[in-house]
Amino acid sequence: MARTVAAFKVDYFQFLGPDGKLVDSQHVPNLARDFERLSELYKLMVLTRTFDKKAVALQRTGKLGTYASSLGHEAAHVAIGASMRDEDCFAPMYREYGAQFYRGVKMSEVLLYWGGDERGNDFSGPRHDFAWCVPIATQCLHAAGAAMAYKLRGEERVAVSVVGDGGSSKGDFLEAINAASAWKLPLVLVIINNQWAISVPRSKQNSAATLAQKGIAGGLPSIQVDGNDLIACLWAMDKAVKAAREGKGAFVIEMMTYRLSDHTTADDARRYRPQDEVDAAWEKEPLTRLRKYLISQGAWDEEREAELVAECSEFVQEAANEYLDKVTNDPQPVTAMFDYMFAELPHDLAEQRAYAEQYPEDGGHH
Amino acid sequence: MAQITLIEGVTLALARAMQEDPSVVVLGEDVGVNGGVFRATAGLQQTFGDERVIDTPLAEVMIAGVTVGMAAQGMKPVAEAQFCGFTMPMIDHLMCHAGRMRNRTRGRLSCPMVLRFPTGGGIHAPEHHSESPESLFAHMPGLRVVMPSSPSRAYGLLLAAIRDPDPVIFMEPKRIYRWQREEVIDDGEELPLDVCFTLRDGQDITLVTWGAMVKETLQAADQLEKQGVSVEVIDVATISPLDMDTIIESVERTGRCVIIQEAPKHCGLASEIAANLADAGIFNLLAPVKRVCGYDTVMPLYRNEMKYMPSVRRIVDAAQQVLEVS
Repeated sequence: MARTVAAFKVDYFQFLGPDGKLVDSQHVPNLARDFERLSELYKLMVLTRTFDKKAVALQRTGKLGTYASSLGHEAAHVAIGASMRDEDCFAPMYREYGAQFYRGVKMSEVLLYWGGDERGNDFSGPRHDFAWCVPIATQCLHAAGAAMAYKLRGEERVAVSVVGDGGSSKGDFLEAINAASAWKLPLVLVIINNQWAISVPRSKQNSAATLAQKGIAGGLPSIQVDGNDLIACLWAMDKAVKAAREGKGAFVIEMMTYRLSDHTTADDARRYRPQDEVDAAWEKEPLTRLRKYLISQGAWDEEREAELVAECSEFVQEAANEYLDKVTNDPQPVTAMFDYMFAELPHDLAEQRAYAEQYPEDGGHH
Repeated sequence: MAQITLIEGVTLALARAMQEDPSVVVLGEDVGVNGGVFRATAGLQQTFGDERVIDTPLAEVMIAGVTVGMAAQGMKPVAEAQFCGFTMPMIDHLMCHAGRMRNRTRGRLSCPMVLRFPTGGGIHAPEHHSESPESLFAHMPGLRVVMPSSPSRAYGLLLAAIRDPDPVIFMEPKRIYRWQREEVIDDGEELPLDVCFTLRDGQDITLVTWGAMVKETLQAADQLEKQGVSVEVIDVATISPLDMDTIIESVERTGRCVIIQEAPKHCGLASEIAANLADAGIFNLLAPVKRVCGYDTVMPLYRNEMKYMPSVRRIVDAAQQVLEVS
């Protein structure tokens, strides 16, 4: 005779629908009426998208290396940034610019990084935040380690990390959940489920109904939200970060969104992805719905929109100029690759550094 | 003053480091209540509590990743892997993050962690317990790789490794964990990293080795001395970065060199040392440099592992071949 020893459910939250209307106005959180906060975040979402477009243009004209676009992820990213305090720790993957801009990372730094210059990782933003992480899901464990450090030192700080739907297949993600559960760490793990891990669709990652339930398997409260709904993303992040800060342990949030761009500028999603799926996803994208909502509430208008677009364009152009000026007029010397390998340069590396200084010219390249 | 073993030197250094610096924490599988499978962390949890000596879930990738994260946020974690073979899943975090953290962030973040683990064969352990992967780690930029060969060097080098502001792979030659006892004063004095130790002075030939092979190399040196050969023995101790100056200076004097390693021959540290000798001192060499190594095979299960490892006879024969070249 079988008896149930465990059962679970995963709740899905959406407050703002694709049409810009509240889904259930009786049960929306108070922040849906905080038009000042929402307008500020809307501005950052527009700025992030403007930046993204510029970065892709720079890459297409040979002024930037391979770049990972954040097109379509703006609500998720900005909500993550807005939920955190400066002293918290962000361990990103590589396309969460909206979160990083909120935290103080400069646009010119993002461009430097993708432009192949290590100085991009020398963030102006919180100096303790982790750098962009190209190995998949390893950042989840670094965030767990950061959370462990804060817990051991008795600091009210929270670590937040982001992983994709593809990254949720990695052991690192599952091991981070397990560690966070075992040690009740102040950690928030966000799965930004944009449906595609390069060319592999969500349906081929696994046959689980949700990715959030992986958190439940590890013993963490886990929910799913509409990742294109800023209100839902922000509400979930605020709640999870607060709980973590209060010592209630870790949280998993799966944000359902869509990668409207190619994986990176080196990818061509047309080879594997049906256009009608992309067209349908554009109907749900995060900026339009929030703008419609704010306009319907009298918190935004076309005039402000036009001003914002012009401002963002100017701001992004300044960042691009700053980046181009730096790589052109203040490039990293050959010695830059040696100078931060260790706190003090070991003898054999010092010899190599001296040798390299004699050969500052470029070697093989295309 | 206590006469202690190499593994007791490890324990003593851990206790000293934890006492002097509250940010030092020890973590790993079984390191707490059980004191480690080899007893390297014995008694530490009783002294420092379970928030500083942390039993982890069984997950090597997690141990490596969490250690990197803690180190980057100002802790000094000393992680233990139970055996050398279990460090293989950790390599992603060591190579892609620990060794790159400072460089990647232009010094904004660093990774002052230590990963320590028993290495090498000779204790009849199951597979994946007996390899010598030092060259693997030495090939990764940004990591220090250290291997002590005596109780005092275990104590002094581990203290230096923990205090070092960069990541250190601290490999403990488990075959000699309890080989010898030595007087070690627990005075918190560290030994220098990045330098070789000359264990005995000689004029005719230089034997270079590290870790557990120090034992056979010293025995070979004894035999050669009985044959009237004056032997210099160098313990490399820090595998990476490598102190070639001490080795080159010695070989310039003796003109002859044999390098002994337990690890496979191909692309090993012995090859690196030989290449550096050729680069720097070929005109001082009176004979070709020889390497005595483990074979380029999978480390055999224990009934054959002793045949895999360099014997005293193999070392003496190689030395004699080098000495015969006039």
